[in-house]
Amino acid sequence: MIATPDPAPTDRPPAGGSDFADGHANCGHAHHHHHTAASITHRAGDVLIGAQGLAISRGGRTILEDVDFEIRKNEIVTLIGPNGAGKTTLVRVLLGLIAPDKGIIRRSPGLTIGYVPQRFDIDRAIPMTVARFLALGRAGTPERARAVLAEVGASRVVDQQMSGLSGGELQRVLLARALLRDPGLLVLDEPVRGVDYVGEAELYALIGRLRAERGLGVLMVSHDLHIVMAQSDRVVCVNRHVCCSGVPETVAKDPAYVRLFGEHAARSFAVYSHRHDHRHDLAGEAKPVSPSVGNDAEREPQGGGR
Amino acid sequence: MSLDPFILRALAAGIGVAVIAAPLGCFVVWQRMAYFGEAVAQASLIGIALGLALQLDLTASALAVSAVLALLLIVLARQSLVPLDSLLGLLAHAALALGVIATSFVSGPPVDLLGYLFGDIFAVSTQDLWWVFAGGAAVLVALAWLWKSLLSMAVHEELAAAEGIPRDLVKGAFVVLLALAIAVAIKIVGILLAIAFLIMPAAAARPLSSTPERMALIAAVIATAGVVAGLELSLSFDIPGGPAIVAVLAAMSGVSLFGMALRAGAQ
Repeated sequence: MIATPDPAPTDRPPAGGSDFADGHANCGHAHHHHHTAASITHRAGDVLIGAQGLAISRGGRTILEDVDFEIRKNEIVTLIGPNGAGKTTLVRVLLGLIAPDKGIIRRSPGLTIGYVPQRFDIDRAIPMTVARFLALGRAGTPERARAVLAEVGASRVVDQQMSGLSGGELQRVLLARALLRDPGLLVLDEPVRGVDYVGEAELYALIGRLRAERGLGVLMVSHDLHIVMAQSDRVVCVNRHVCCSGVPETVAKDPAYVRLFGEHAARSFAVYSHRHDHRHDLAGEAKPVSPSVGNDAEREPQGGGR
Repeated sequence: MSLDPFILRALAAGIGVAVIAAPLGCFVVWQRMAYFGEAVAQASLIGIALGLALQLDLTASALAVSAVLALLLIVLARQSLVPLDSLLGLLAHAALALGVIATSFVSGPPVDLLGYLFGDIFAVSTQDLWWVFAGGAAVLVALAWLWKSLLSMAVHEELAAAEGIPRDLVKGAFVVLLALAIAVAIKIVGILLAIAFLIMPAAAARPLSSTPERMALIAAVIATAGVVAGLELSLSFDIPGGPAIVAVLAAMSGVSLFGMALRAGAQ
């Protein structure tokens, strides 16, 4: 993957989050489209977390600089960016796990965040059933834990050991633990890591359904630059600063995206709307099958606790 | 076993320490802190030398030095240039060397170094019993209170922190409890075997457990059985008490882990 860091400050989006909400790619050059594709109109009071001018460096290395970010109720935002671009750092700052060197973070009062971390390799030395693991969060009753497990399609594994779960099952259990907190915002760091393609589509469908049913905000860090969940209202591309942002269909066409990830990545960018949303051509390159990527064709039935 | 007072005291102290050490030992195993515990234990020799020189309560001075070292270690672990295991190896042996040197400076009757290093369970005094039971009760109450937070952090520290657990506070409290458990375990099995007394029952209990709570409980039962059997062996064959207990516990963990390994191989 070609990552060409773009130091030119003029390519940063204008300060302030209001530009994100119009649902268009918004990358440096002030090309304003008409508001045709604007997905959801928000009121200002719906902002769950807003951050302005975030900067953080560690050991003399700048990890994030001048980052503005916000996420609203009922909105799915996907963060993409090359390795080491600061995606996970941004997530940790928003979660309050680390303090930024500069910048302000505002959370809507009483906001509860459900967090699904990037790496979850439970030490096999700890005997831990799924039920016990769920009770470690904000517990509630065992009945409630079972209900939430059913909601994420993982009822089957309730008495299994955590260390024996498959990638997809583990992600569902982690999601259940996050949901048990009754969050207003779900933060998922690479939620489809270790999950096969079918499981990936199912997980995305599940996350989309949870947003629809619970009215959650969802902040997702994508493991893959090329494939982004179709129901994302915005894709925010981070490389130390916010390099560009917009609806999934437009962000890959953005000049800043192309500069950052290269022509190859821009051409193979696909929106995950369906499990067969892309095929592989002879060169092995993923290509969208249908021109109507990004529609809501995602509500396929999901196969239970698979 | 005939029940002379010194045997009763040994039994009471041994069982008391077994019950305290088992759940803490589980956390040591879960969080890969065996070497951390070793360093904390070895630092206590400096504390004992200080206590002898200044005529303080030896358990209290050992505990104080161990706890200070443990808290320092948490801070030192934040740097990442030298890996933690090297750092612990360095500190554990530096502490042991300094401790032996310090005891050589103590005036008065010669210091029973062997007794401190390998324990002298039959020399347990009534005052020691107070330490075991009052200290032990404090450890168990604190542990019950912190259990959920500690377990959450052992499973996934970042997730626990994101869910609002004050990780530095919980970690700090844990190492102080660990230092206390080690300080009382030293009475039974000595500085060099204290950490073994913590981790062996936990290791033996792991293959038999499906939840963390059950593992702590089974570890306590195993540790208690190890104390009783070790004392019996020690009296019957006139062998040192602390090493006898540790040898029994080692055999128990060996059987448990080999059984597990054979079952895993058969599948």
